[in-house]
Amino acid sequence: MAQPKEYARRTAAAGSVLWTHGQPRLARLEIELTERCNNSCIHCYINRPADDVAARARELSVAVLGRILAEAAELGCLTVRFTGGEPLLRPDFEEIYLIARKLGMRVALFTNAALVTPAIAGLLKRVPPGPKVEVSVYGMSEASSRKVTGIKGAFEASRRGLRLLLESAVPVVVKGTMLPPVKAEQEELAAWAGTLPGAEGRPSFSVLFDLHCRRDPKKSREILRLRLPPGEAARILADNAGFKEEIPDFLASFSEAPGPGLFSCGAGLKSACLDAYGTLYPCMLLRSPEAAYDVRRGTLRAALDGPFRLLRERTTARPEYLDRCGRCFLKGLCEQCPARSWIECGDLDSPVEYFCEVTHALAREVGILDPGKKSWESGGVGKARRTHRKRRS
Amino acid sequence: MMEPKIDMNDVYAPSEDIVAREIEGELIIVPIASGIGDLEDELYTLNPTGRLIWAKLDGKKDLRTIAAVMAAEHESSPGEIEEDVIGFVKELLIRRIVVRTGGK
Repeated sequence: MAQPKEYARRTAAAGSVLWTHGQPRLARLEIELTERCNNSCIHCYINRPADDVAARARELSVAVLGRILAEAAELGCLTVRFTGGEPLLRPDFEEIYLIARKLGMRVALFTNAALVTPAIAGLLKRVPPGPKVEVSVYGMSEASSRKVTGIKGAFEASRRGLRLLLESAVPVVVKGTMLPPVKAEQEELAAWAGTLPGAEGRPSFSVLFDLHCRRDPKKSREILRLRLPPGEAARILADNAGFKEEIPDFLASFSEAPGPGLFSCGAGLKSACLDAYGTLYPCMLLRSPEAAYDVRRGTLRAALDGPFRLLRERTTARPEYLDRCGRCFLKGLCEQCPARSWIECGDLDSPVEYFCEVTHALAREVGILDPGKKSWESGGVGKARRTHRKRRS
Repeated sequence: MMEPKIDMNDVYAPSEDIVAREIEGELIIVPIASGIGDLEDELYTLNPTGRLIWAKLDGKKDLRTIAAVMAAEHESSPGEIEEDVIGFVKELLIRRIVVRTGGK
């Protein structure tokens, strides 16, 4: 019997192959609706106090956000991420959210859930965001949560918000951190997360903490103290499900040393980040003045076609970079990028020691680098490729 | 769910529960209300026949008119075109992508 014709093809948005003719000019836009947060997390690279009146006054209006979202939609943007700070601190969140959804954008929402009300849960039930709401969980008790968030009652508020979302059948995914006050609760958090409706595998945990994105030295010093030693960070990363199995194939695809080019990601090419006040950057972390574009006085397209394109073409002649990162076959594994060089060192092309050490420890952990070897030395490359060939055969 | 009966005198339009976007030559249908699709994060694309019919579903023309316009524009037989129009609307009605807005 002949199968009935299918006129509409269903496809899961995440990871789907939607494009047969060409790629959209802008695939993804990240918007920090506010830098303010109801929490005051010890590791956060951006947050300002919830009651920061001056910051609130500078935040983009609904009208301006609507204009920017409409242009993003015209450029083919299918996913917008609302983050912060805490995006639910905006009293006009519902209005902004509905603008994005009515433009046909999927909304990736990052929240700590503490400000979820029955009305917000109802909104997300009625008009689902598309991707699961991503809820950051800071601890499994009031005491540990308070040590991370600095806020009394943050634990219960977050759990209450999460319950409201789950009772409204809003799909969520929880994320943890490997911060000192909550590191010991990792297994407890993973077990609890596994009991939540729709849980898929082990939750992700932030392991490598970025310094303050606007290079606040005091805050950056505080974050530095929270970082795990490179060996410990590498062991945790290597223990992630599937990592050791996938790494040989990953390196086979991304083991080429990058040379003098600085950008290997899609930042500023197919994606961009808008801060709470109207400055567009290629990514959340790259906030150097040369990467900044005032989109209140221009357009997304002008930023992508102009300054971001020029920035992405940048190469380096810095010997320190060319002799290390430029020749490193582990570059695809390493978190160093122009943004992190800028955050850590104030330029776009300095090697970042911490990420370099973590990456080397990780390569040793999974057996693709001999102890004492550096990945930019030819022996290191040889060992990795031999290991890869052996595993594939 | 019972299969809906499609009358060629009825008028259909895209549902307000979806947003149809044309991006880089692809028509992407984005559900914005709960209960469309089996998963929480699904999109729809249409096959070429579906796209032709979709472009004519304006909430004004009934399906018979749409089929007649298509028969004038394409070489397929009127019977095949009517079969496609009915099949398309039935499928998208079940998926809540279109709604009946008028008819006899």
